[in-house]
Amino acid sequence: MKIEPKISEDILLDEVTSKEYEYGFTTNIESEKIEKGLNEDVIKFISKKKNEPDWMLDFRLEAFKVWKEMEEPDWANINYPKPDYQDIVYYCAPKQKNKLNSLDDLDPEMKRTFDRLGISIDEQKRLANVAVDIVMDSVSVATSFKEKLAELGIIFCPISEAIQKYPELVKKYIGTVIPVRDNFFSALNSAVFSDGSFCYIPKGTVCPLELSTYFRINEAGTGQFERTLVIAEEDSCVSYLEGCTAPMRNENQLHAAVVELVALDSAEIKYSTVQNWYPGDKNGKGGVFNFVTKRGICHDNAKISWTQIETGSAVTWKYPSCVLKGKNSIGEFFSVAVTNNFQQADTGTKMVHLGENSKSTIIAKGICAGKSNGSYRGLVKIAKGAKNSRNFSQCDSLLMGDKCGSHTFPYIEVDNKSSQVEHEATTSKIGEDQIFYCNQRGIGTEEAVALIVNGYCKEVLNKLPMEFAVEAKKLLEISLEGSVG
Amino acid sequence: MLEIKNLKAQIEDKTILSGVNLKVNKGEVHAIMGPNGSGKSTLSSVIAGNEDYEVSSGSIKYEGEDLLEMAPEERSHRGVFLSFQYPVEIPGLSVSNFIKTAINEKRKAFGQENISAKELLQLFKEKCELLNIDKEYLSRSLNEGFSGGEKKRNEIFQMAMMEPKLSILDETDSGLDIDALKIVANGVNSLKSSSNSIILITHYQRLLNYIVPDFVHILKDGKIVMSGDKSLALKLEKEGYSFLN
Ligand SMILES: Nc1ncnc2c1ncn2[C@@H]1O[C@H](COP(=O)(O)OP(=O)(O)OP(=O)(O)O)[C@@H](O)[C@H]1O
Ligand SMILES: [Mg+2]
Repeated sequence: MKIEPKISEDILLDEVTSKEYEYGFTTNIESEKIEKGLNEDVIKFISKKKNEPDWMLDFRLEAFKVWKEMEEPDWANINYPKPDYQDIVYYCAPKQKNKLNSLDDLDPEMKRTFDRLGISIDEQKRLANVAVDIVMDSVSVATSFKEKLAELGIIFCPISEAIQKYPELVKKYIGTVIPVRDNFFSALNSAVFSDGSFCYIPKGTVCPLELSTYFRINEAGTGQFERTLVIAEEDSCVSYLEGCTAPMRNENQLHAAVVELVALDSAEIKYSTVQNWYPGDKNGKGGVFNFVTKRGICHDNAKISWTQIETGSAVTWKYPSCVLKGKNSIGEFFSVAVTNNFQQADTGTKMVHLGENSKSTIIAKGICAGKSNGSYRGLVKIAKGAKNSRNFSQCDSLLMGDKCGSHTFPYIEVDNKSSQVEHEATTSKIGEDQIFYCNQRGIGTEEAVALIVNGYCKEVLNKLPMEFAVEAKKLLEISLEGSVG
Repeated sequence: MLEIKNLKAQIEDKTILSGVNLKVNKGEVHAIMGPNGSGKSTLSSVIAGNEDYEVSSGSIKYEGEDLLEMAPEERSHRGVFLSFQYPVEIPGLSVSNFIKTAINEKRKAFGQENISAKELLQLFKEKCELLNIDKEYLSRSLNEGFSGGEKKRNEIFQMAMMEPKLSILDETDSGLDIDALKIVANGVNSLKSSSNSIILITHYQRLLNYIVPDFVHILKDGKIVMSGDKSLALKLEKEGYSFLN
């Protein structure tokens, strides 16, 4: 069972050029939010709002207790003013009259927002290969294709709905891949998450659509804490994509998501992210703090593949990881992380090999421009019992200009003799001769940089579903605009 | 088409071109020969607009306009093409995507629509046949891992796709095997017309048997020291540059 992204000939892809942060508008939708601050009452309020069963509330309260005792980590190669967690609004929902049955019933103002995001829902519907769940601020506002998927027994819905309708599934898996006390941000998320996506693929089923979630922070001063849970039963297969944008704001906004993936025996999950949270302005003011915990567990013969294109956020702290528990399991991580102006990113992956014959591949491409700072941090751990395991890691960085910095922190721990780990790293710069060659062919410098960068990222871009590869290319161009020449 | 007057150019403080005069009319083929380091590639770089070289005096008119005022990409849009002596590699960028972008950028400059996929594929097919190129090579990374000869053929393939008015071929013949030389020369000949011009930079008379020049110039120490017809190349081949002294 394989998911092969279809890469059609380059020439059929249409590139679009556009310059500034395009998604920096806000939408005038009435919303319901609570007072700033975090305490047990706020958590109880959120839980009640969602009509949650007691076990869910208990889970949250327990997480809150754990969180209060934890300290915000500072080992990453990033510098930022620590957020005041009492100065954040933890629940905010766009007001809607009734529950929606189809995308056509969406509030017109909100629909316009989505149209402006470029991910036009109509368009996506027509593409007919994408089912979309959209999370605006804290709640999920529209899920398309639900019925079509339901015929196959596939569940794709907001997690708040799953807690109501499929409590036994949620209860069985939530917090099993990423325990509440895993880290400061996962504990916080476990206490206050308000929505996110839930996805369940039954045994032996290949999900015929790309499943996609679109995250949007709209309100000022709100934090976004989504929670995503994807469960692929034995022999099933799914490809999932998330996109993220936020308005331009002068203050920093906090985003702390948790994503858990469970790939049971011989299942395959492909999880792709195109992250474009507002990065702050040219002087480093504003922008999203993105502290995300993502992890998947692979049982026997299962495969999890993370692909990420990270262009946004003022600060990124993110390490999508795989626990290769089963024998012959496979973990993959393909990443492009762009930093420009004053952006900082500390991102990478963890591949934890527990099962025999497990394999992992890491391809991480960093691009740094302006005064930004990009770090790759990766752990490859091969446990004693994970005999004959293999890892291949390749970390490349591309520097633009001489005011940016790129760092690589590989951690390798191999506890048996039959396993093999390979690590390659390169650093390069865009050559003036490359740019002149393009210029001579009539291609201006901005466009030339885009071509060279896209070429550099090709191995990763090729892993994305085609529709999103086009969007990702466009994003790379926008985020590097003005960084050379 | 092209009129160069008393062109002087330098890099850092080193003078490389010390007063070049050259006039190329529509439909003409000019060959430029000269010893290593005499400034042939520098001249082509300056015509193409490489900013590493500073033009200290003189002028270049192209179709009656001041070429030195134009950005390199504008020169390209207006039909100036340089086949590089050392083509540059761009990993991950396919030959087809590169050429498509080049064609569309030119169209954009003239307010035209992008080329349609159908038209482009047709053009690729035609030009691949002309230069005996396997279509598979279109999806390879630009010049990456290409052999010396393949790189040169790729330059001429781009020339064929872009249909320039003024083509400067900087040692396109070096690195080509005998069969490839014939194919490339035939290709160039078939692109030749009464409305475009070619400047051939070469060390060998051999190429000039296939692409017959109207004029041959010898560049030495940054100056054109002698001009003549194709017989000058034959003389050079026999006697070397010593007869210039
Ligand atoms: N970027 C540069 N920096 C320093 N010197 C340069 C540079 N480019 C060219 N030169 C010098 O200018 C002179 C002319 O070089 P150019 O490449 O134009 O010669 P050429 O006639 O094309 O030689 P060949 O036949 O070997 O290709 C040489 O002495 C060369 O070393
Ligand atoms: Mg030369």
